[in-house]
Amino acid sequence: MDAQLPALQIVIPLLAAPLCVALRASRAAWLIAVTACWSSLAVAISLLRRVLAEGEAISYHVGGHAPPHGIELRVDALNAFVLVIVTGISAVVVSASRASLSEELPEKRHYLYFAATLLCMTGLLGMTVTGDAFNVFVFLEISSLSAYSLISMGRTRRALTAAYQYLVMGTLGGTFILLGIGLLYMATGSLNMADLAERLCGMESNRTVQAALAFIVLGASIKLALFPLHIWLPNAYAFAPAMVTAFLAATATKVAFYVLVRFLFGVFGTDFAFDAMHLDRVLMPLALLAMFSASTVAIFQRDLRRMLAFSSVAQIGYMVLGLSFASELGLAGGIVHLFNHAVIKSCLFLVMAAIAIGVGSTNIEDLRGIGRRMPLTMAAFVVGGLSLIGVPLTVGFVSKWILVRAALEAGLWPVAAMILASSLLAVVYVWRVVEVAWFQAPAEDAGALRRPPLGLVLSAWVLAAAALVFGVFTDATASVATRAARMLMEAGS
Amino acid sequence: MSVQTAILACVLWPLAGALAVAACGERRRNLREAASLLTATSLFAVVAGVLLPAVSAGGRPRVEVCEVFPGVPLAFELEPLGMVFALLASGLWIVTTLYAIGYMRGHGEEHQTRFFVCFALAIAGALGVAFAANVFTLFVFYEAITLSTYPLVTHHGTPAAQRAGRLYLGILMGTSVAFLLLALIWTYTIAGTTEFTPGGILAGKAGEGTISVLLALFVFGSAKAALMPFHRWLPAAMVAPTPVSALLHAVAVVKAGVFTVMKVVVYVFGIDLVGSSAAGEVLTWVAAATILIGSCVALTKDNLKARLAYSTISQLAYIVLGAVLANELSILGGGMHIVMHAFGKITLFFCAGAILVGAHEGDVSRMRGLGRRMPFTMLAFLIGSLSVIGLPPLGGAWSKWNLALGAADAGQKAILGVLMVSSLLSVAYLMPVVARAFFSEPAGEPAPKGKGEPNGHARGEAPLLCVLPPVLTAAGCVALFFFAGELQALLEGIELR
Amino acid sequence: MSAGHYQYWIVAVLMMTGLYVVIAKGNMIKKIIGLNVFQVSVILFYVTMGKVEGGTAPIIAEGFEVYSNPVPHVLMLTAIVVGVATTALALSLVVRIHEAYGSVEEDEVLAMEDDSCGGGG
Repeated sequence: MDAQLPALQIVIPLLAAPLCVALRASRAAWLIAVTACWSSLAVAISLLRRVLAEGEAISYHVGGHAPPHGIELRVDALNAFVLVIVTGISAVVVSASRASLSEELPEKRHYLYFAATLLCMTGLLGMTVTGDAFNVFVFLEISSLSAYSLISMGRTRRALTAAYQYLVMGTLGGTFILLGIGLLYMATGSLNMADLAERLCGMESNRTVQAALAFIVLGASIKLALFPLHIWLPNAYAFAPAMVTAFLAATATKVAFYVLVRFLFGVFGTDFAFDAMHLDRVLMPLALLAMFSASTVAIFQRDLRRMLAFSSVAQIGYMVLGLSFASELGLAGGIVHLFNHAVIKSCLFLVMAAIAIGVGSTNIEDLRGIGRRMPLTMAAFVVGGLSLIGVPLTVGFVSKWILVRAALEAGLWPVAAMILASSLLAVVYVWRVVEVAWFQAPAEDAGALRRPPLGLVLSAWVLAAAALVFGVFTDATASVATRAARMLMEAGS
Repeated sequence: MSVQTAILACVLWPLAGALAVAACGERRRNLREAASLLTATSLFAVVAGVLLPAVSAGGRPRVEVCEVFPGVPLAFELEPLGMVFALLASGLWIVTTLYAIGYMRGHGEEHQTRFFVCFALAIAGALGVAFAANVFTLFVFYEAITLSTYPLVTHHGTPAAQRAGRLYLGILMGTSVAFLLLALIWTYTIAGTTEFTPGGILAGKAGEGTISVLLALFVFGSAKAALMPFHRWLPAAMVAPTPVSALLHAVAVVKAGVFTVMKVVVYVFGIDLVGSSAAGEVLTWVAAATILIGSCVALTKDNLKARLAYSTISQLAYIVLGAVLANELSILGGGMHIVMHAFGKITLFFCAGAILVGAHEGDVSRMRGLGRRMPFTMLAFLIGSLSVIGLPPLGGAWSKWNLALGAADAGQKAILGVLMVSSLLSVAYLMPVVARAFFSEPAGEPAPKGKGEPNGHARGEAPLLCVLPPVLTAAGCVALFFFAGELQALLEGIELR
Repeated sequence: MSAGHYQYWIVAVLMMTGLYVVIAKGNMIKKIIGLNVFQVSVILFYVTMGKVEGGTAPIIAEGFEVYSNPVPHVLMLTAIVVGVATTALALSLVVRIHEAYGSVEEDEVLAMEDDSCGGGG
């Protein structure tokens, strides 16, 4: 059984999805999805524990064919960590989703939501767990296609155009990655990542490999919404059903970031990607631009959802910034922020879902005085918001700490100052909401509030609590991230 | 109770108090107020009864909560300077709670529960700052103070209060994140630790330029110290109810700022490093400029609280000055001034609030003849003023004396001049209030409009709970003159090298 | 760039054509067609890459020594399936958009969205 864990990671949600469709009943589908998600989490955790205990990667040969010709699933400290994040967030969000879903989808279509979520999860977990470059593309498309359909389930017709826009952008991104992988195959004749890494040694001047790097970085950047390729993200997040946003915000872009990290450090290697091709000179300015411009745009949003969506673009900037230092500390910062931002953002989007149910609107204007009327929900928002700003003893501070250290270590003190300055923009957009919700009197004509489902608020609090716990006991996340980063740096140089 | 437990208890106790206050709520307000007072007195009892003897005996008890980053624990350690700050904050909390009860009830303020909860949280933050064993812990609680006092500043919820709140949060958070945190992480990167160590941790680890930049980042990052040009939040925060201005903006918040500066100068850089760095020289002049400009602006303010706010800015710069002059006497003077100014200024704020409650007056120009109506309040105001000015036999005399000696020691004759001029200026902005109250005729004063009282000066003193606290703290100012020796002995326990 | 590499030129031209259509055309169906052309160019790229001159299908039989590389061809089976699925999903989205907006022209749809701004729709 233990040996089958990497495969189980993909198989559980993959099998659960058609089961949901077969059963149709909303409650039954929900139960299946919840079971699948939590058992996936259990699998992911046991994988992570095993990897950390054994200290080396777990290799699983699909169908018994040995790599490099057979398909290999390969779990090391890095992707085991990502697996835990993806399954953990999915478990919390899916558990909370039934109550909120009834607001946005007719009950007889709930099973489709659960099936698509499970499929999306399958794709994301597959991308993470696989050691085969072409598999990345296949799983990427599985997750993307289900994500498009999930987004199109939004209540308004704008969800359709948002999904369409995402589909066009996402397909371009996916195809670029496919092309990049093809070029790699042409140059090396291999698709196995570990094998590729070996064969690529000494091919720095090969034009085909250089083109492959360009296409893969471009494709992954579209999928992870790196500024200025992020234009699909705000609409997709704003018009998708709230639970879909909470799920995608914490998982889809994160896995895309993982793919970028994996290719740059695990396949191409730092010598090639950074020392020879100077990718940092492209990625670092873009990351900084993302941090500043998207945060600035977030400040001027009138709708809470769009504000959070733009904030996501900015936060992705932090992750890419960490990567662009091409140092162990910087990479660790990026990976830690991947975890932290997943927790924070899904918490905030769950809160937003609760607000949408309670107030019937996510317009910031309409949130006047709701702090006193739904204190538990808005307190979770404050915790999430403070983490987003990076107040000490929250997870956001951990990322900031490591990233600033990485910048100083690299001698880039202006970058360190910019990291901190941009987090001040987060203060502005978070505090705007806090001020409206807690310190303004409710509007005279404010309608009665509906009580948001307890499960939803509880789930938001689970994540908020995680944001605090991992902000104090940073060892749990930071040490894994550092280990993963060290492994990548050692392998890549 | 072991000293270690007592340290943790002191930081957590106000939090427990906050919970108790919240649990009581508006409906059981007497119980709520009792809980506040009980927390405050018991806290002071522990700080003075358990912790103070331990520090006086030369002990440096330390307790680690958890290791947040490798080599950067959340930890507390007692030392004389922090002890002084903790005694001050916890002691004045009792008086202020008494005062706040009288003021908030007398003024019929709303959201009193939130007020007392945030108050207790801020005190917890102040104690955390006082006991912090490293810059990281200090930063954590420094931010906690900012966040917990924000609801106090915006207490009234009016657009003006919200604007002030934004400015408050914007400047304090902005500087602490952009400068203080950067300095903190930078220090960690250079020194590999952020522990407060006698003699400093940075000596010999970085070049002259880096040290200067770091020092500037630390000093300006502690914007709670209101060093110009990051002082604007302080007058803005005066929209808060007076007890807030009194405790937070004369004691806990601003003193947390100057305390941070002193602590960093003494235990991170070491006074020798600061004394020899170029930034130390520049910051001396920034502090001197703040002293003078603050005093001058105070002269122009007619609103009493605004005048006191600028006076605070000026007086805080004394302490920063003491820190950056960086010799034994100036550090001693700065440390003493933390206490002396706290007692003097809190008296003045209490009086300003009492005048507001008793006579509904906030402007200096309308306080003619108030002395006859509110003799106790105005007498306390006089004593507080004299202490802030620095005249014997009041506590303020000692700290200014030591600061002057420190400036002379550092060979800064011009700074000596600045200190003298500024004392004169403070006479000029504080004495008219007293003079007007006692020596001007109330007759001929037009009735205040819309206040509902035909003659604004018809009633007598403010309620007892508003008058007693300033009288107590004024008495404290006098007592501090005679018992300054104890304070000095405690502060001389600071290991400067 | 010899004639021996003409297939890559075809791939590049197809790819740019597809990309151009996706970016420049306002009609949502035309965009999908562009997307398809774009995808097909990459598929062609893989297929030509696997072709070995003079090679035959990789079935072991007498008289044949040179085989084409089957791996890229097999991979493209998957890619084609993905492409079909994407196109189907995209078209169904366009149908729904047409139902909701009564148009498949991007600028017209955008104009309607701006009118009903506020997201409540």
